[in-house]
Amino acid sequence: MESLDPTKYLGDFWAIVVSYYVIRWVRRFLETPTRIPDWDQWLKYVWLAGIPLVLADQFLGRTMTWFWAFICLAIVYTVWLIKDYRPARTLLSAIAPLAAVYVLTNAVRTVGFYAANKDYFEAAKGFAFIWLLTFVISARNQKKAISKQEEERSLVEARKAELEALVAERTAEIRSQKEVLQEALDELKTTQTQLIQSEKMASLGELTAGIAHEIQNPLNFVNNFSEVSVELIDELSQEQQKPVRDPELEAELLTDLRQNLQKITHHGHRAASIVRGMLQHSRTSTGQREPVDLNDLCDEYLRLAYHGLRAKDKSFNASFSTDLDTNLGLITAVPQDIGRVLLNLITNAFYAVQQRQKAAAVPTDKLAGTNSPPRADTRVGEGIYQPNVSVKTRCVDGQAQVTITDNGTGIPEELKARIFQPFFTTKPTGEGTGLGLSLAYDIVTKGHGGTLTVESKEGQGTTFVITLPA
Amino acid sequence: MKILVVDDETDVKDLFEQRFRREIRSGEFELAFANSGEDALTYLDGHPSEVVLILSDINMPGMSGFELLRHIRTDHNAPPPPIVMMITAYGDPDSQQQAVELGANDFLTKPLDFAVLKQKLRDVV
Repeated sequence: MESLDPTKYLGDFWAIVVSYYVIRWVRRFLETPTRIPDWDQWLKYVWLAGIPLVLADQFLGRTMTWFWAFICLAIVYTVWLIKDYRPARTLLSAIAPLAAVYVLTNAVRTVGFYAANKDYFEAAKGFAFIWLLTFVISARNQKKAISKQEEERSLVEARKAELEALVAERTAEIRSQKEVLQEALDELKTTQTQLIQSEKMASLGELTAGIAHEIQNPLNFVNNFSEVSVELIDELSQEQQKPVRDPELEAELLTDLRQNLQKITHHGHRAASIVRGMLQHSRTSTGQREPVDLNDLCDEYLRLAYHGLRAKDKSFNASFSTDLDTNLGLITAVPQDIGRVLLNLITNAFYAVQQRQKAAAVPTDKLAGTNSPPRADTRVGEGIYQPNVSVKTRCVDGQAQVTITDNGTGIPEELKARIFQPFFTTKPTGEGTGLGLSLAYDIVTKGHGGTLTVESKEGQGTTFVITLPA
Repeated sequence: MKILVVDDETDVKDLFEQRFRREIRSGEFELAFANSGEDALTYLDGHPSEVVLILSDINMPGMSGFELLRHIRTDHNAPPPPIVMMITAYGDPDSQQQAVELGANDFLTKPLDFAVLKQKLRDVV
């Protein structure tokens, strides 16, 4: 047993203090509290192992020489646990020679070999220490480099996140804009539907008077022929009661009666067909294609359009004629839609001749030198201007062709390109929607795969030609 | 008494012939028909000074009733001038006034009341 040596204790004490700081540095350097918190709990107190070793040294001797080997092993184990971390591996390389030298020194200290080569061992210890310092510095640099990389990476990531947030923000913005646009589009579509409907109703309004006139006539016939038939029956029964009957008169009365009933049926059907046409016109188009008699449609709408205009302008008078190809046959089309096209074009034709008639009336009045309002008789001057609208149907190259010709005001060259544009109208505000021709064009071209062309000479008249595939 | 009826509706002929069957049979009235203003003028040219009374529709394609009336008053007005009655579905005062200004003797609206018409015809005779 060795006696107590205060200087030796002081050395051991310093060794413990140094080991405390070494461990503390290692823990901080390798960030063990966050990387391996479980082992860190123990690593924190490794330096305390020095205390029992110092005490044991008293009784057993030389235990304290293993202290640094123990500390080194603890560090080696720590490094091994986090070997994926590059500075940790460098630290391992740094500490390994020193640890090896210590272990070897302690292992062979008692052997004579050590004594003989003590200088070499001491030199090896010195080299190992320098090695340690070099590698510690290298590890520190590595760590700095890594942390710098990480810093850069986190910077890049932050930038990325920022960009992503920006992108998300833009995306949301675009999406909300898209929704707004979609809403506006839906609204526009609704408006379009409403406009088409109101255009339809406007043209129906123009028709009302014509329809009333067209229905009134057949109804008058129905009423009159019914009344007359009652009279005929009265006469017939009177005749039958006479003692001397006139069989010839009776036969004549019966023939008349039969004829009257046929006329009643005829005119009844006539009125019914007008009502049917009107209902068809006002109904929302089903878009259903069916066999259509273009000749019937042309005839019907020509009359309706004429009487519609007549009802509004009592002084207006025009001749109209049809030249219908009886061999035309049926075409497959949407009757309501084609009816609207015809009505629109025919109404326009009558409007054009009406305008020209009005324009022609002005100079006549001036020549006459009267201050009284223009009268019908002076407006329709003989040989001056005879308004005329004609509708012709033909079968051309297997296609149905409808030609609507008027000798009205005509369309100025510069307006020709615009007449099919929506909302373009030359009529005074409130009189035209500007949708009629645009809709007609769409119905003929898009709806039926046909063509709608116009030829016009200002001051002479206009011709619209509709071509529809059978 | 010869009456010329002008209307673009062809069935007007049958209707008038039946309505006035007794008068026609008795020879009280003689009816002639024209389907347009132009036809009426042609008829008047072919039968000068025969027609005593003309019943004309106003709304006809081509030459209107007003125009026909004007022609009658200028070209077929040899005394005694024919009596002209205008008939229209549009019984507005404007048309009525116009008819009177152009020299119509009377103005009737559709649907025609044949009892009234007969009375009027008898009154003018």
